[in-house]
Amino acid sequence: MSSLAVSDDRADTNDRADTKVPAKVIQPAWVRLLHWINAAAMIVMIMSGWQIYNASPLFNFTFSRSITLGGWLGGALLWHFAAMWLLMVNGLIYLILGFVTGRFRRKLLPISPGGVISDTKAALTFKLSHDDLSRYNYVQKLLYAGIIIVGVVIVLSGLSIWKPVQLQWLTALFGGYDIARYVHFICMALIVAFLVIHVALALLVPKSLRAMIIGR
Amino acid sequence: MSRIRKLLIPGVDKKLLVRDATKVMPDLTRRRFITTGASLGALTLLTGCDVVDSSSAEEMLKKVSKFNDAVQAWMFNPDALAPTFPESMITKPFPFNGYYDVDDAPEIDGKDWKLEVRGLVENKKSWTLDELYQLPQVKQVTRHICVEGWSAIGSWTGTPLRDFLKLIGADTRANYVWFQCADRDGYNSPLDMRTALHPQTQMTFKFADEILPRAYGYPMKIRVPTKLGFKNPKYVISMEVTNDYKGGYWEDQGYNSFSGS
Repeated sequence: MSSLAVSDDRADTNDRADTKVPAKVIQPAWVRLLHWINAAAMIVMIMSGWQIYNASPLFNFTFSRSITLGGWLGGALLWHFAAMWLLMVNGLIYLILGFVTGRFRRKLLPISPGGVISDTKAALTFKLSHDDLSRYNYVQKLLYAGIIIVGVVIVLSGLSIWKPVQLQWLTALFGGYDIARYVHFICMALIVAFLVIHVALALLVPKSLRAMIIGR
Repeated sequence: MSRIRKLLIPGVDKKLLVRDATKVMPDLTRRRFITTGASLGALTLLTGCDVVDSSSAEEMLKKVSKFNDAVQAWMFNPDALAPTFPESMITKPFPFNGYYDVDDAPEIDGKDWKLEVRGLVENKKSWTLDELYQLPQVKQVTRHICVEGWSAIGSWTGTPLRDFLKLIGADTRANYVWFQCADRDGYNSPLDMRTALHPQTQMTFKFADEILPRAYGYPMKIRVPTKLGFKNPKYVISMEVTNDYKGGYWEDQGYNSFSGS
């Protein structure tokens, strides 16, 4: 892991020195690796989660079988409780490295309301610059920081639904078992909404997608 | 028939074939198909590897589920009590739940019924309902959580299972207590011994202070507030103390066997 962290430091040095190194690393290897593992785990969790939801819907709709995973409740639960390990371990490594390498602080902070508003305006009028992919604008900072928090809440609410006796303090924190289910669902909805915007923007700015694949 | 022949034409899309094949299967068979064509297709896209060989995906998932059994056994705290609630919070009406209609629930004559005791116990005598009613009972109001996600709070009264196990001289070092039931198709379910000995695990004879109605498992249900609902067998006719894993009605179809709350 140390060699991966070093590559991040190098990217950081490049950022600050603003030197014109042609092989500038925008997304270090560990970020790319964890990002794509997370993407796969998240999609399995969401699709199997929809099938689980269908067994006892919270709202007046169910998800079409064509977009769910597992075939029936039992199969979906097997997928959900298998992919959860991938999601949790991968997410935990991401959080630890994000704090330890200083990436979160460097990339996501500070977030100012004024900055978010002016960048949102700029984005909606297609005036937001993407020249420097290593630097996030305020809208990106807000969305990326926000989705990390949503990710933590969806895991915690999921654990509280899974273990409402053994982890009853956690379930109580969410206002009880039934409310924890709604929290879990709302977090899923937020992640799906994020995913739609995130993928659409990545396709609009293909070099950002390239950076998340090959790093540059 | 012509439809099926059409599907068997060489070169036909394998995924579509699987999807259509599962459609014509009876419901239960389809359920056992953990991965449908559509979902396998999606996974193939995701991982880039061909997992249309559904048995390998199924094997992997079964292994993880076994691993999850071990994790849950490790997490299980025998002293952690399921939260209890005031009677005012009892869900009314408490839902009937089963894989059959309430009209098809077993109709048991309490006078003829006997609880059969088998396996690693000193006293294998069968118990009549009147004999069981003589045992000390306790009431508890707890949340029943279904594997489907819904939950309901109910009031159950009966004898702690651990007291009964002691009474019949059960070997409590054995791995499981295995219950068999009178439901159609023969419902059964294994309970790990540590959960069987949990203070709230109960041989239930009453719901909401009344003799257990037919819908909720007359004459006896095993109430396990630290497990999902399907691990709470109703219409119990026998219990066996055993070291062997004998499987269960839903467990065999893919529900996680420990399924602790």
